[in-house]
Amino acid sequence: MNLGNRRYIITGIFLLFGVIFIARLFSLQVATDDWRAKAAELTEEKVKIYPSRGLIYDRNGELLVANRAIYDLMATPRKVAPFDTVAFCDLIKMDVEDFEESFNKAKRYSRYKASVIKKQIDPEDFARIAEQLHKYPGFYGQTRTVRNYTRGIGAHVLGDFAEAGPKDIERNSYYMPGDYIGKGGIERTYEEELRGRKGAKYVLVDVRNNVQESFDGGRLDTAAVQGKDLTITLEADLQAYAEKLMQNKLGSVVAIEPKTGEILALVSAPGWDPNLLVGSQRGTNYAQLQGDSLKPLYTRAIQGQYRPGSIFKMVQSLIALQDGKITPATRITCNRGIIGCHGAHSYDDLEGAIMHSCNPYFHQVMKRMVEQGEEDSRFKDAQIGLNAWKEKIHRFGFGTDLNSDIPRILKGNVPGSSYYDNIYGELSWAYSTIYSISIGEGELLINPLQMANLSAIIANRGYYYPPHVIKSVGTDGKPEQFLEPVSTGVDEQHFETVVNAMQKVVDTPGGTARRARIEGIEVCGKTGTVQNDPLPDHSVFIAFAPKDDPQIAVSVYVEWSGFGGTWAAPIASLLIEQYLNDSIANPAKEQRILDAEFLGP
Amino acid sequence: MSATRRQEIRKNLDWVTLGLYFLLVLIGWTAIYSANFDPDHQAIFDFKADHGKQLIWMGICTFIALVLLNTEGEFFIRFSVISYVSVLVLLILVLIIGKKVGGARSWFGVGSFGIQPSEFAKTTTALMLAWFIAQTGPRFKALSTRIQAALVIGIPAGLILLQPDAGTVLVFAGLVFALYREGLSGNILIVGFGAIILAIVAILSGATTVEYPGFGEQSGIYVMLFVLVILGALIFFGVRSFTLPRYRRKNYRIVALSLAGALAFSFAVNFGIEEILQPHQRERIYVLFGMNENPDADYNIRHAKAAIGSGGWTGKGYLNGPMTRYKFVPEQHTDFIFCTIGEEWGFFGSMFVVALFIALILRVIHLAERQRSQFSRVYGYSVASILFMHLLINVGMVLGIAPVIGIPLPFFSYGGSSLMGFTILLMIMLRLDGERFSVFR
Repeated sequence: MNLGNRRYIITGIFLLFGVIFIARLFSLQVATDDWRAKAAELTEEKVKIYPSRGLIYDRNGELLVANRAIYDLMATPRKVAPFDTVAFCDLIKMDVEDFEESFNKAKRYSRYKASVIKKQIDPEDFARIAEQLHKYPGFYGQTRTVRNYTRGIGAHVLGDFAEAGPKDIERNSYYMPGDYIGKGGIERTYEEELRGRKGAKYVLVDVRNNVQESFDGGRLDTAAVQGKDLTITLEADLQAYAEKLMQNKLGSVVAIEPKTGEILALVSAPGWDPNLLVGSQRGTNYAQLQGDSLKPLYTRAIQGQYRPGSIFKMVQSLIALQDGKITPATRITCNRGIIGCHGAHSYDDLEGAIMHSCNPYFHQVMKRMVEQGEEDSRFKDAQIGLNAWKEKIHRFGFGTDLNSDIPRILKGNVPGSSYYDNIYGELSWAYSTIYSISIGEGELLINPLQMANLSAIIANRGYYYPPHVIKSVGTDGKPEQFLEPVSTGVDEQHFETVVNAMQKVVDTPGGTARRARIEGIEVCGKTGTVQNDPLPDHSVFIAFAPKDDPQIAVSVYVEWSGFGGTWAAPIASLLIEQYLNDSIANPAKEQRILDAEFLGP
Repeated sequence: MSATRRQEIRKNLDWVTLGLYFLLVLIGWTAIYSANFDPDHQAIFDFKADHGKQLIWMGICTFIALVLLNTEGEFFIRFSVISYVSVLVLLILVLIIGKKVGGARSWFGVGSFGIQPSEFAKTTTALMLAWFIAQTGPRFKALSTRIQAALVIGIPAGLILLQPDAGTVLVFAGLVFALYREGLSGNILIVGFGAIILAIVAILSGATTVEYPGFGEQSGIYVMLFVLVILGALIFFGVRSFTLPRYRRKNYRIVALSLAGALAFSFAVNFGIEEILQPHQRERIYVLFGMNENPDADYNIRHAKAAIGSGGWTGKGYLNGPMTRYKFVPEQHTDFIFCTIGEEWGFFGSMFVVALFIALILRVIHLAERQRSQFSRVYGYSVASILFMHLLINVGMVLGIAPVIGIPLPFFSYGGSSLMGFTILLMIMLRLDGERFSVFR
């Protein structure tokens, strides 16, 4: 055997491994991008730059919503050295069990990247923790921006700003877990304007996750776009005063500037101090609000589904006048056989009927509108008549969200033929079946914002601007949609009688809303009392003032408080007085309201 | 030494090998510089930094190379036994008074510099082996001689195993290539490959658990042993059916011995892994097969692969690889130095370096084959085998196809002992080759 040939075997083996190495290099470096991606994941990091969120000012430029810093306690598991868990948990005030769960989750997520261990630590608490934090390498505080509500008012309007939930993230790819988002009110409507746009910086980090330099010379970096400040239409003082008046009551107050549709105040009672839903106590407080039997989270001012009661009679008057079914001089006998009435009157004209809130009068008015005699069948006739009527009601904003910028408005219910068809069957109902809607009872449901808007319509004699809370986005002014008046289709001349009647309701001795009188201001108003037999009635009042140059239109709804003139009217009058005079002439009137308590039937 | 002789040596010196050597050392140094690169301290001659120290070592090694190239080859032959024994003494001493570094007692500390006797043991063992085989000559066929040859390799290897330094022991195992060239049966290679395959199967099956009817959950190794017995039986019947009766007895013996050996070996591997290896070593082996339970166990190798893999075709450019620059790969200037090449020079650069190494090794084989003296040939093959084993284990490790075993990449890895050891190893060969025409032993 020639041993010399073994040289080739050995050479062959060595070459073989050389080829294996080169093949392996090829598979690692060229054939796949996996390892390149892995290296990128290790060395490149996207640092998000959060722009500061826009601030919110009231109509007079008073700061309502500011930003403040809060801290998330972060941990980078790889950098964490062994430490005394109990002492640490004691420091950060966290259960050992919760902490371990949180820390293990962080470890599972990434050893190199930081995770949140404890969210939203208030600055005072964090200052105490920060002093000790050097003993615990791998842990650090990350600043987050949360809201600070300077006046603690307007929770329902302002909405809140909190961590985006899984659904928000699913809906919009802009949001990442841990990002914050506007959750209700104008924080939600104007989320994009307020938040701006987050920027990103791409950096290279070292093995300890310290940023070393910008990646690719910063070519991929994007700058953050600052959020825009909002000026809103609320008047802070009026809002605060309205909230004060509504303390210990259930219901709502909405005040609108008729000339513009700007919402001056919007109160839903009970409310809460929006600062409660910021920071470490948010979860606890939110649960408490959610569990509250008085349902503070339910925004009565825009979601309350109330029967309007007598205030609806003015709407009936106006469309009947426009249709020519009645004139201001039309008198109708107060026939209490079909429908009950109250007070001493028997044969009112329109003004009288509104003042006395005569039920049979408006039963008759609506009958004239619904039963037009176009069809022989009274069923078919009622169907046509009701649908025509419904269209006109819609033009007053009832059954719509009014195109407002307040989110989650419930539209209420203006029943048409299909609604009754569902209840009674097609052509199985006539006006005699449904007449209770003629006086704002029955199936008719509206919300307090729509009531205030009705007041604004009458103040404007025929039109309204979609009620809104935005006054200016940054310096860009308000969106177009709020600058266009919406006509109700009722001519200005027909408002004369209604307005006069409303003034008399307040001003004449024996008017139902005497308590709404203000010395030196011509207030026009209309009470409503929504029956809850046998429980106490809901008290309703809408008003505007001054009569000839209306500056403010309001609706007040106080649940379970009884007759509309007794509670709702004085609240409205106090608001009007506060707004127009900036002071209250009769402190006893105010005190009476502050002392009142209606927290249920 | 006469002037003519010196000229003759210079004329016969293999400049190709010398060129490859310097090329590798220089490329290695640039890689060390990059692995230590700190933009704030860029000085090349910063002798406090590793790349600066390496420059000093390179200077020393150049001097050593000059001395060795001017030393009579005869000296190395006479020096073989003495150097071998001296290094054995050092290997024993280091176990007693050595400095413990990274869990192994393999260093003599001299100030900030350290000396690792095992780096020199490779050279002295190669010399001793060459001397021994040249002495015995044709008698190498005798079993007793072979056992003695195995002892020449085994004694230093055993001492190094006690440090423990498994990587270097494996390098000694590579000397089998030299023995094979001198007439050791080719079966040794077959047995070697068979053992590697058996070991892999034993590791894989040992790490799984199987539900045995009646015995509950047990290691999967028993399945493997069972399969081996079945295979043995099948071959046994095959032999009985297909071979002539007069060969049967011999073949039966081979089958029986192989089966016994395979069973014992598989069991030993399994036992070794489960009972002898320390947990971190066991983990390293599991990492290689992707069976590690601790997700952090493959940290080094994952980062090493990411560094190399991110190089792509042409690499990220010198001093421009973030994995290298920001120290993602541990031990990058020593054992993981190849990652620097992978990340910064990409596939082309890595392939070039691998090719340079293979070229050097094959060149050394070429030199060995052209020797007229058996001593020089055996020594040459030993050099080639040692270099090859280092390449195999080190690059195999960083590429994730060999377990993580700490062993330097010749000429590349930072470290004086290593560079000096390989320089001496190679320069002796060059000197022997240079005087190949003037001597006949």
